Amino acid sequence: MRTSVRTSLRYLLLAAIAVVVLFPIYITVVNALLPVQLIGHRPPVLFPSHPLWSDFSQAWSGGSLSQYLRTSAIVSISITVGSVATSVLAAYAFAFLEFPLKRVLFGLCLATLMVPAEVTIIPNYRTIQVFGWFDTYPALIVPFVASGLGIFLFRQSFRQLPRELRDAAVLDGYGHWRFLLRVVLPLNRPMLSAFAIFAWLGAWNQYLWPLLVTNTDARRTVQVGLRQLEGLSVSAPNVVFAGTILAALPIFAVLFLFQRQLVRGLTAGAVKG
Amino acid sequence: MRSRRTRDVLLAYLMTVPAFAAFVIFVFYPLVKTVYLGFYRVAPFPGLPSHYVGFSQYSTVLSHSQFLAPLFNSTLFVLFTVPTGIAIGLGMAVAAHRQLRGIRLFRIVFSSTIATSVAVASVIFFTLLDPTTGLFAYWIGQRGGTGLLGNPTFALPAVAVVSVWQNLGFSFILMSAALASVPEDLLEAAAIDGASGGRRFFRVTMPLISPTLFFAAIVGVIAGFQTFGQIDLLTQGGPNGHTNVLLYQIYTTFYINADTGTASVMAVALFLILVLLTLVQFSIIQRKVFYADER
Repeated sequence: MRTSVRTSLRYLLLAAIAVVVLFPIYITVVNALLPVQLIGHRPPVLFPSHPLWSDFSQAWSGGSLSQYLRTSAIVSISITVGSVATSVLAAYAFAFLEFPLKRVLFGLCLATLMVPAEVTIIPNYRTIQVFGWFDTYPALIVPFVASGLGIFLFRQSFRQLPRELRDAAVLDGYGHWRFLLRVVLPLNRPMLSAFAIFAWLGAWNQYLWPLLVTNTDARRTVQVGLRQLEGLSVSAPNVVFAGTILAALPIFAVLFLFQRQLVRGLTAGAVKG
Repeated sequence: MRSRRTRDVLLAYLMTVPAFAAFVIFVFYPLVKTVYLGFYRVAPFPGLPSHYVGFSQYSTVLSHSQFLAPLFNSTLFVLFTVPTGIAIGLGMAVAAHRQLRGIRLFRIVFSSTIATSVAVASVIFFTLLDPTTGLFAYWIGQRGGTGLLGNPTFALPAVAVVSVWQNLGFSFILMSAALASVPEDLLEAAAIDGASGGRRFFRVTMPLISPTLFFAAIVGVIAGFQTFGQIDLLTQGGPNGHTNVLLYQIYTTFYINADTGTASVMAVALFLILVLLTLVQFSIIQRKVFYADER
């Protein structure tokens, strides 16, 4: 009897937390489904009795959201593929090859972890101008195609492969490339996918840099696009709500599909074990 | 044999070149260049050349309120967000730690804010806090006026709430992983010794998860000093500079006022603050690895 009361109390607590956490998202969805005249209505409408889906199509086309999402997809996927590729190559060299200045170069990789992109925006902005990349895809992608964190994590992961595997591969006549593609990459899939999700999320959520180097809707990422959308909050609040939901949906989908990889990526280094 | 070693060296350089090309162009060069730009004072009118002033620009900018006020705001913002974020995340993790039917669903809900970006969270709260149409104004029985975000006292705490909410998912995931790493047998042993639930939590669980708490604190402080999107979308540094944090001040000085010299000096200062914090973080991680090896 006492345990069942305690269990119910625990569920009550969990439910209360869930309501607080979800409420801002819930109310945004509700508002996105309301007709304009009911937004800001007193008393507030907390449930859409006649959901109106047209706001979404309006946000999709009218608010240039489809364009923003397309740019964000291209940019974030390019950054992910690029940074995984460059990190795999460099990590392989650091893990399996001997060469002069190896330690110095690896030290420099780690040093990049201490330089957040925010503190170098001023010269980088000028570099983009000099390259003629302002308001182009390269401006959004190229500065982020290398990752010190990726190199570090992959090197750690690669070095845990048993030496015998390398010896056996050499005996089988595998060169470095074949060893990398056939042995190293398949065996390190968990680390590769964890980093890839992490890199994708970071790229998708970037705000300051895309704001600096773009000035047309064709090249604005969805995060910066939200800033444009926010400007409609008086004239077309329903479009703002619908747009916000549409902007968040891709991450919800990806995170739901890759929960495990994400948790591993986020907690790497934070919790031992 | 020797040619093979030479080939390996060549291959190694070939493999590291793509990453290092990007590092040199977009990390190391701009870092040095930022320090260098700090030595040059930009002319007050566009078109005139900037001139070398050496360290004097560093000393004037860093002692001026245009830097000190944003530094103070950033510090305050970190104090508002970091302890609360960790405490709430830990509380949620403790609540969801017990094995119950349907707990998986609660865990998904609790981590859900990780799927909102800073921009999404900011726009959501921007509409919630709208002084005329927002729900918050209705709850506190006010309509019109400046609203929370236009209030000098409440603007920064309001932005902090948005950040804490947006980070809850991350904090919850981190704290849950830490709780899961606490060995069950230690807690059972403490229970057999007669330790109450609270005592077990503070005497057994807390010390064991303290490395994660430190980690979360440092990551939170570093992220706090890089706060930009919330400010840009919610307050633009206002009212009257009360939410003008360091990175937002760098942005306006550089991007709006085109004062590259002053902005560079402040960027160097931000870099030094972040380096210091990162070094602290590294030393904590290293100590943790050491403990782990020892066991």
